[in-house]
Amino acid sequence: MGAQVAGSATKGRQGLSESQLGRALVTPAVLVMCAVVFFPILATFWLSLHEYNLKYPYLGQPFVGLRNYIELLSDSRFLNSVKITTLFTVSSVAVELVLGMAIALLLNRTFKGRGIVRTAVLVPWALTTVVMARMWAWIFNSEYGVFNAILHRFGIIDQYIPWVADTNFALWAAVGADIWKTTPFMALLLLAGLQIIPRELYEASMVDGAGGWKRFWSITVPILKPTILVSLLFRTLDAARVFDLLFVLTGGGPGFATESLSIYTYRSLFVNLDFGYGSALAVATFLYVMLISFIYIKLLGARTER
Amino acid sequence: MSTTYSKPTKRIRKEHIARLLVYLGVALFVAFCLAPFLWIVSTSLKAPSQLHTRPPELISWPPFFKNYIDIFRGRPFAQNIWNSVVVAGWATFLSLVVGSFAAYALARLQFKGRDLILSMVLAVSMFPGIAIVSPLYLSFSRLGLVNTNIALIFPYITFSMPLTIWTLTSFFRELPMELEEAAKVDGCTPVQAFRKVIIPLSAPGVFTCAILVFIFAWNEFLFARTFMNNAASYTVPVAMQLFEGVGDYTIPWGQIAAASVVVTLPLIILVLAFQRRIVAGLTAGAVKG
Repeated sequence: MGAQVAGSATKGRQGLSESQLGRALVTPAVLVMCAVVFFPILATFWLSLHEYNLKYPYLGQPFVGLRNYIELLSDSRFLNSVKITTLFTVSSVAVELVLGMAIALLLNRTFKGRGIVRTAVLVPWALTTVVMARMWAWIFNSEYGVFNAILHRFGIIDQYIPWVADTNFALWAAVGADIWKTTPFMALLLLAGLQIIPRELYEASMVDGAGGWKRFWSITVPILKPTILVSLLFRTLDAARVFDLLFVLTGGGPGFATESLSIYTYRSLFVNLDFGYGSALAVATFLYVMLISFIYIKLLGARTER
Repeated sequence: MSTTYSKPTKRIRKEHIARLLVYLGVALFVAFCLAPFLWIVSTSLKAPSQLHTRPPELISWPPFFKNYIDIFRGRPFAQNIWNSVVVAGWATFLSLVVGSFAAYALARLQFKGRDLILSMVLAVSMFPGIAIVSPLYLSFSRLGLVNTNIALIFPYITFSMPLTIWTLTSFFRELPMELEEAAKVDGCTPVQAFRKVIIPLSAPGVFTCAILVFIFAWNEFLFARTFMNNAASYTVPVAMQLFEGVGDYTIPWGQIAAASVVVTLPLIILVLAFQRRIVAGLTAGAVKG
């Protein structure tokens, strides 16, 4: 590919126009994206129209039309996984935004120690999610976990609680771990946005006698809005696709208490080996995530038109 | 404003307290970020008997370094780390080659279909990996690629495309146009201009991008868990998820912690060495919108 381009280009600019060169240069990227993402999503959809279980190869792969999707609508486990995914996404992203904003405002007022802060921020971000999930499993341990020990020490709990094995707490333990991992990153993005707001704007409004809270809502938020929306978009998508953290920390359990869409899809595909129904679940996850992007892009689009 | 101005000493004291509170808040935040990981470092130096105390000891004495030796015994953990180095290394290299071609075209050349490519890249960035594992798994099994690094390298190149193309496009755009014009006047073809002028000048951008892609590939779990099913082929995240005692059914928390520290070390080194670049690379996209 590269040799071909170079070979024809040595003929000079007449040999390869700008437009031809442009298209040649994007070809490898387009090919790889088509081969790994765009063609396979069509294949997933095609699989979802069939009954196909790797456990029963003798049953073959009969075409069943939309039957898997009809089944999906009355599958309480599917509806539960939509609920879990939504709960996880909304609660973790909401806390991350508020906390991240508070931290960004705080960091924007400091000058010393930026290097230490930057390193500290990047540790949770860079840490492998699987590693951090096992780390939190130990912290939340029901018998020797430091989280229990601290709460006990301050008299908040009388007895140690098996956080990740308790139906009432498991999802919130996961949300807590997610907040730890991504809030610093959120703060970093918002801080970068804050730093490009000209100081004079604040000084002018201070002369007008506006208080801190009012300045925040009338100056900071409107200017920061695009940054907030873009970081929210990508955080929301990440949370909606959540797999690693739940798979390792709780395994989707106890029962189905933390079974997100991705986890249910994975289990259906690789535990039940049901590639027909599992693919229908995969398409549903895809549509769920695309719906979120669509809403955000509408919001962002409305902003640029204005 | 005028009232505080008349009492300068009180105002100064108030400012001092505010500054103190700000730095206290920052210190709390730094502790929030680092404490869980430091706890794992402490756990990694505890023997089983030191782990099973209630309440847990902050730091146990003497430190139990044996965890760091035991993690390499009875399991192919060293092989798993090597697999991750190879996979992440190749994925990074290929992603940069493919991505820098596309980014150069998008930043500098006029051609039909630009907008289509940009929407494709955006779509990939939003794409849930779980939506395509079923057909990919079936194809990889048919082609005999399950348990080979290729099964991971291709998905990693693809899913790092948004990152690579966005970062590099913005870096290429910032380079002055006149450089290429000058190169062309000197008789360079567009390809030569790209190779001899643009590539060397954009080395810092390419480097930042390489770090980000490497970290992404080092950490990826879903595809690795799906396409690798024998212990010798696992990458680090899979090995970490399945890490258990050798000939023992209790969970070896001390060893898990030691293994966590070992596999996190490369990341910490990258972060310490290149924090400024990483932050610049990460925030560039979000701020420009």
